[in-house]
Amino acid sequence: MADRMVRIANGQGFWGDSVDAPVRLLDEGPLDYLTLDYLAEVTMSILQKQRRRDPESGYATDFVELIRLVLPRLRQRGVRVVANAGGVNPAACGRALLEVAREHGAHGLAIGMVTGDDILDCLDDLIASGVPLAHLDDGRPLAAVRERVLSANVYLPSVAIAEALRRGAGIVVSGRTTDPGLVLSPMMAEFGWGETDWDLLAAGTVAGHIVECGAQCTGGNFSRWWEIEGWDRLGYPVLECRADGTFVVTKHAGTGGLVSVDTVSEQLVYELGDPARYVTPDCTVDFRTIRLDPDGSDRVRVSGVRGGPATNTYKVSIAYLEGYKAVGTLTISGPDAVAKAKVCADALWGRLRHAGVEFDQTITELVGWNACHGDLDGANGRAREVVLRVGVKDASQAKVDRFGKELAPLVTSGPPGVTGFAGGRPKATEVLGYWPALVPKDRIRPEVHVEVVP
Amino acid sequence: MKRIPLYGMAHARSGDKGDGSNVGILAYDRRGYELLCAELTSERVKRHFGGIVRGAVERFELPNLLGLNFLLHDSLGGAGSASLKTDAQGKTHAMALLRMTIEVPDDYDPPRSGPRGAVAPGGELDAEGSGGSR
Repeated sequence: MADRMVRIANGQGFWGDSVDAPVRLLDEGPLDYLTLDYLAEVTMSILQKQRRRDPESGYATDFVELIRLVLPRLRQRGVRVVANAGGVNPAACGRALLEVAREHGAHGLAIGMVTGDDILDCLDDLIASGVPLAHLDDGRPLAAVRERVLSANVYLPSVAIAEALRRGAGIVVSGRTTDPGLVLSPMMAEFGWGETDWDLLAAGTVAGHIVECGAQCTGGNFSRWWEIEGWDRLGYPVLECRADGTFVVTKHAGTGGLVSVDTVSEQLVYELGDPARYVTPDCTVDFRTIRLDPDGSDRVRVSGVRGGPATNTYKVSIAYLEGYKAVGTLTISGPDAVAKAKVCADALWGRLRHAGVEFDQTITELVGWNACHGDLDGANGRAREVVLRVGVKDASQAKVDRFGKELAPLVTSGPPGVTGFAGGRPKATEVLGYWPALVPKDRIRPEVHVEVVP
Repeated sequence: MKRIPLYGMAHARSGDKGDGSNVGILAYDRRGYELLCAELTSERVKRHFGGIVRGAVERFELPNLLGLNFLLHDSLGGAGSASLKTDAQGKTHAMALLRMTIEVPDDYDPPRSGPRGAVAPGGELDAEGSGGSR
């Protein structure tokens, strides 16, 4: 029992990641669990808008299509799936999955739905009862933007998904859960870890953190990119997990990419804050205790992880309408590409000023010159051509649309060699503000519902 | 003493943290880590990033990974979809830090080659470093 090993893979680092990766993981080697992460911070508010138009939408439809494609293989190989594909409507996602399961004749398949993260309808009650939902970074109370809030979701604890798995679910969909929790929850269910086994919960959290961005631990985004081979068939990560909290990061044999101490340590620091205190709904983790050891080709052993008690609050991710933005580009050839791009930019902003239009925020970038690293290169080198990229943000949609009309005229009323204006005027799109806050745990009730296909 | 770019002695990764970014930088050996600790103060990192980082720079140590983690506050021009920047999530900030040069003792040989040694002759990646631009 102590030596039992469970293989957990991640086949989706974000909604929009490779559509083939989860299928390949099923075909290219052994697996017990397939986890899939679909939710970024702004995804929830986009889904919330969809649900307002159609009450049966608001979840990751890609996931349902994936299950339609691979359900027979999942059943045949006994692979269970955990995904936060439920978005703002896990129940509808579950209903769509049940329909797919019936089409496949998947009798006896249990589908778990984890809800309770959506607190959009409870915000006023919470505020009225003294929970200010203050902005985590600057302390402003939510009241400042309350009427513009579009979505509000609590990061649910992993024990909720684990509960669905313990009750036999072959597929679990949740709303907002933490990315590492998608991996931690099957470990809790498989190994019987309790809610106060802090070191074990911390180890499972680290395992989840390593694989939550898919191929970012198997060669993707690696600093020494020239050492990576097989980009076109990059392997996605597979964890070999054990009950004592140790695990091996690897990938299926024959796939491209690389799993080394360097590729894994690089992912450990991805989106990391204070390494001494990595906070999740499940525990706190001290990243300074993580030990990495090479364990053969494309294998890294992870051990030593120490954790501490969870806090008494959940993090809430709130999105609100902050205003409007538009971004447009023009391509400017040499000679003197940079100088001519600067003339174009000065003309554009000057003309808008003369028209009496000013904005809350503007941006001027010369892609190919300074867009990513600013003035890091000083005035060295020479750009053969650049893309002038200009954008504005403002509370007024009309002002943002006015900006969009000022780009095309530069092709005929600016310096020579200006081109690439295609696709029409840039249109104003909504800007969603992100508002992280905390809510006491006793105010939130995660719910687990498991339904069996007859 | 000699001046070398960080990318021969360390690797790095960056991403967004609210309206800022983080850059984790990891040395390839213990001596490299000690050099990073001594040279990469929060002040020097902030100066290196220039106009990119408007807020403070915080530094954390991960001796187990031979790493330092930097939080670059107010470096994205707004959080998430609110930013107008091309690099709205600070994905390229790690590469920016690896391009920094620091003073090291003459007998310290960086354990790895940088990108210039790996790309085709006449490599076109960077203008900085050893006589860069063509």
